[in-house]
This record gives sequence, C-alpha cells and structure tokens, in this order.
Amino acid sequence: MKSFSSDAQAAIVERYPAVFRSGWWSRAKITIGLSAAVALFLFGIAQLDIPFHRLSDGMARLGGFLRLMLPPDPGSWAEALKYLNALGETVSIAFLGTLGGALLALPVALLAARNVVANRIVHFFSRRSLDTIRGVDILIWALIWVGVVGLGPFAGILAVICSDFGTFGKLFSEAIEAADKNPAEGVRSAGGNHLHGVRFGLLPQVFPILLSQVLYYFESNTRSATIIGIVGAGGIGLQLAEQIRVLEWQKVSFLILLILIAVSAIDWISGKLRFAIIGQRAVA
Amino acid sequence: MGRSRDLPIPALEKSMRTAVPEFPEARLQELADRYAAAVAAKRRRVWLGSAVLIVAALAAGWMGDVDLWKFAENFWRFPAYFASIAPTFSFSSAWNDLSEWLWGLPRWTLLLGDTLLIAYMGTLSGAICGFVLCFLASANLVRSRTIVFVTRRLLEFCRTVPDIVFALIFVLAFGLGPLPGVLAIAIHTTGALGKQFAEVVENIDNKPIEGVAASGGSWIQIVRFGAVPQVLSNFVSYALLRFEINVRGAAVMGFVGAGGIGQDLIESVRKFYYSDVSAILLLIIVTVMLIDFITERVRHRLLGLEGAGA
Repeated sequence: MKSFSSDAQAAIVERYPAVFRSGWWSRAKITIGLSAAVALFLFGIAQLDIPFHRLSDGMARLGGFLRLMLPPDPGSWAEALKYLNALGETVSIAFLGTLGGALLALPVALLAARNVVANRIVHFFSRRSLDTIRGVDILIWALIWVGVVGLGPFAGILAVICSDFGTFGKLFSEAIEAADKNPAEGVRSAGGNHLHGVRFGLLPQVFPILLSQVLYYFESNTRSATIIGIVGAGGIGLQLAEQIRVLEWQKVSFLILLILIAVSAIDWISGKLRFAIIGQRAVA
Repeated sequence: MGRSRDLPIPALEKSMRTAVPEFPEARLQELADRYAAAVAAKRRRVWLGSAVLIVAALAAGWMGDVDLWKFAENFWRFPAYFASIAPTFSFSSAWNDLSEWLWGLPRWTLLLGDTLLIAYMGTLSGAICGFVLCFLASANLVRSRTIVFVTRRLLEFCRTVPDIVFALIFVLAFGLGPLPGVLAIAIHTTGALGKQFAEVVENIDNKPIEGVAASGGSWIQIVRFGAVPQVLSNFVSYALLRFEINVRGAAVMGFVGAGGIGQDLIESVRKFYYSDVSAILLLIIVTVMLIDFITERVRHRLLGLEGAGA
C-alpha cells in the first residue's frame, strides 16, 4: 500500500467515484439503521427489566452446573435402557409425525397451488388456513393434543402431524407452482384431462423434490420431538425436563449427548437418502 | 391430417407404412423386453420402498404407543376443545361479548411486546455471535483445520440442543424472567445462523479475497473487504428469517418461565380459562402473521436490491 504514489491513488479515486465516495444519503441510511437497531436493543433491556446484577451470579451458577454435568452418566444400566427407550419414542414421534403430516398435506398443497386449482377463492382460503396452522407452535399443538388423547407419545405424534401439515402444505404448494408446465400441457394435448395432466405431467416432476423436503424435515422434527415431552407428550424431552428439575446434572448431560448423537445420525442418513433421490441439488 | 382423412383406407395404410419405419420383429421384441424390464425394476423399487416404509411405520407406531382405537374414541374431543375455547357471541350484545372476550387485551399486548423484544434481542445477539463465528468455520478463509472443526462442532451443539432446553437450564441459573429466554434464543440463533452464514461464506467468489491478500491485507482486512461485502445482504435475509422463527419460539418460552406471553397461555390452558386460550392464541397467530408479512417484504426488497446492484 505504501509504495503507491499519492497522485496515482488520487487518479484511481477520481476514476471510480462510486467505490470511494459513497453518497452521504447511503451512509446516513446505514447509520440510522444501526442506531435504530441499537436503540431498540437498549429499549428492550429497559422494558424487559434485564437484571444485570444477576448476570454474573448466573454465569457462576451455570459454570457450577457445567462442572457437575461432567462426565455424562445415566446412573445405572436400567436408567440407560429407559432413556434409550425414550429416545426410540422420540424418533418414532418424528417419523410418524413427518409421514402423517406429509400425507395429509399433499392434497391440500395441490388445492393451494395456483397451477392445479385455478380458483382464487380456494387458493386464498387454503393458503390462509395453512398460515394459521403454521402460526401455532408445536408445543401449543402438543398441549392441545395432550388434552385430547392424554399424556404420552401418541399426543406428540399428533402434534408433529399438525405442525408439519402447515409447513409441508406451504412448501409443497410452492414446489408444485415452480414446476415446469410443459409436460402437463403435453399430456393434455395428447387427449388427457386436467387430472391426467396433474398425475402424469406434474407429480412425476415434483415428487423427488417433495420427498427430499420430507427427509429434510424428518431431521428437524427429531429436534422438535425432543422438546414436546416438556408438556407431557412423551419422548426424551419428558425425561430431560424431569432430570433438569431435580438437578441430576450428569443424567441431563447424558440425555443431551443421546439427543446430539441421534440427531446427527438421522441428519447423516437423511442426507444420504436425499442425495440418492435428487443428487446434489439444494433443498429450498 | 385433413388430407389423409380423404384417402381411402388401403391408401391410408400404405402412406402410414411409408411414414413409420418398421423394425424387424426380433429387434422390436428386444426393445419391448428392455422397456418391460426397466418398468418392472422401477416398480420393484417402489414396492420395496413402500414395504420398508410400512414396516418402519408399524415399528414406530408400536414404539410410540399409537392406539387408533383410543384415537377414534377420543377424537371428538379435538373439535370439542375448539368449540369450547371459541368465544360466545350473541347478536344483541356483540360489542360487550367482544370486550369481555378480550378483557386482558392491554396486558396481553404488553406481553406480546415483551415476546417480540425477547425474540429481537435474542436474534440480534445471536446474529452478532454467529457473524463472528461463521468466518472461523469457513474452510476457504481459515487455513487451520482444527479451528474450522472446533467452531463447526460448537455451532452444531448450539443448534441441535433446542432453545427451550437451554431456557430450562438458564431459568435455574438466572432466575425466572425474560433474561433466560433472551439468552436461550441467542445461543440457539448463534448455532443456526452461524451454520447458514458459513455456508454462504464458503460459496463466495475467491478473487476479492485473493486480491486483498495479495496486496498485503491482514486476516481481518481480508474478511472485512474481501468477504463481508459479498455476503452482507444474504446474511441480513437469513437473520430476518431467523427472527420470524424466533418470534414463534419466544411465544412458548413462557411455558418454562422464561418470559413473554407463553406464561399466560399455559396458565389459561391448565386452568381451563377457555375463552382466554382462544384470545391469546388468536393474538399470537395474528402477531406471527404480521411479522411474517413484514419480514417477507423486507427480504424481497433486499434480494431485489442485490439483483439490481449486480
């Protein structure tokens, strides 16, 4: 940088004014945006009454918890078996929930896709109802289903189905709308009706994409299935919340370790399957 | 087509015979066999896949205590629950009914504001941490395999442990209130955004980085002038998406005592204050939709700006 003569530098600056001298307005916009963000953060601290004096105490206590967590230890073999069973429950919840959600969402997604059903009213209502379902968190669904079928993993499965129904409905309908419309037109020009066009022109195109989205969500649902136990809907979350409440930190870290291993195993498997299905295309 | 219709049948057959080249019988048979084999192989694969899926579903159903009988017997409770939480309106006193239904509106609005603030503060702090860590997790900027590996595992840990589990632990360490909620969301966001940011950084054009390195820039300068200008709009878009997700997450933080509207929701569910449940749920859904709408607008504008600039 130093070997640059100053007039050469000046010449470069003069030649590319847009690079070296951004307008005052664009700078002011950045400054205003940043200070608004900081101001909102400070307002949040004041409004939420964040107790800073508790921060150092809390950190110390957290460090204590961490020391107590090591090494992870389930206590006994019987306990370890119980936790493995709970983990199996969690994976089952995620699997059946994803499957059920996908199966239920497919017909609704077809209704919500503009190139399948051209009716604006059907389109509008199916989209809005999917949005409403998506707006409710999975924990709230679990809470509702626990009231219907009682405590246990079945309520968790139903909760995952409900929350995935909204997500898949949206993702599927977007994938269907993005599909190439030429094959469907080809089927229709060869004498097929609209349904034939959807079945033979549209679905074969989008099916691999939908399948890979389902596999992707299977992994993320395993994560969410670990938490719905907190409201009593079965799985490993129930054990985790219990052990945290009774301060059995070694068991807590064992459970967290189990979750980490299970999630990365499923991530690996679903990644392999997705690769086999659609190749190295990114999942939207 | 029009002309061929006028032709007598034998002439038509003759013209078709000349138009379509005929394969010898053996070759035709071979092609047909190949086609049948390909279709059969595909069909076998589909059947095999379905069989595996069904077996897995049955195993999972056994594991997950699926009881369809109990489900059928109790399903009426699901619509009945929604019927019971629905507010009662009568035509003559609709206004009074409405104000009775939303009796807690000032309090709930405040709590919803708190929820949004928790999500905002968590997202912002998490995005800052993720921003710092993502450059350490990108193999194209950091030479040392160890640093990349360690940072990636750290991000993975933060991402995989659900935010509400962090909240459960933090509530014990920091006491009840919004602070554990903010921290839990911040840590989870660090993991989620750090990974997405790192993926963006690994896909950037390497020439600006090499240019800054060649003219003697330090690592910080390489990142600042070589990488950041390429990725900033993508980062903001991902952060906004994460904010959307965090608003939903913050709404249930109150379930474990970590502030926001979740506390009131779970209390009214547990105590069977039916009309309160529907009022709070409605407020949450409306807020989430509003936030989704706004962030989507902003994201489209950001991506549009990028497209215009390029």
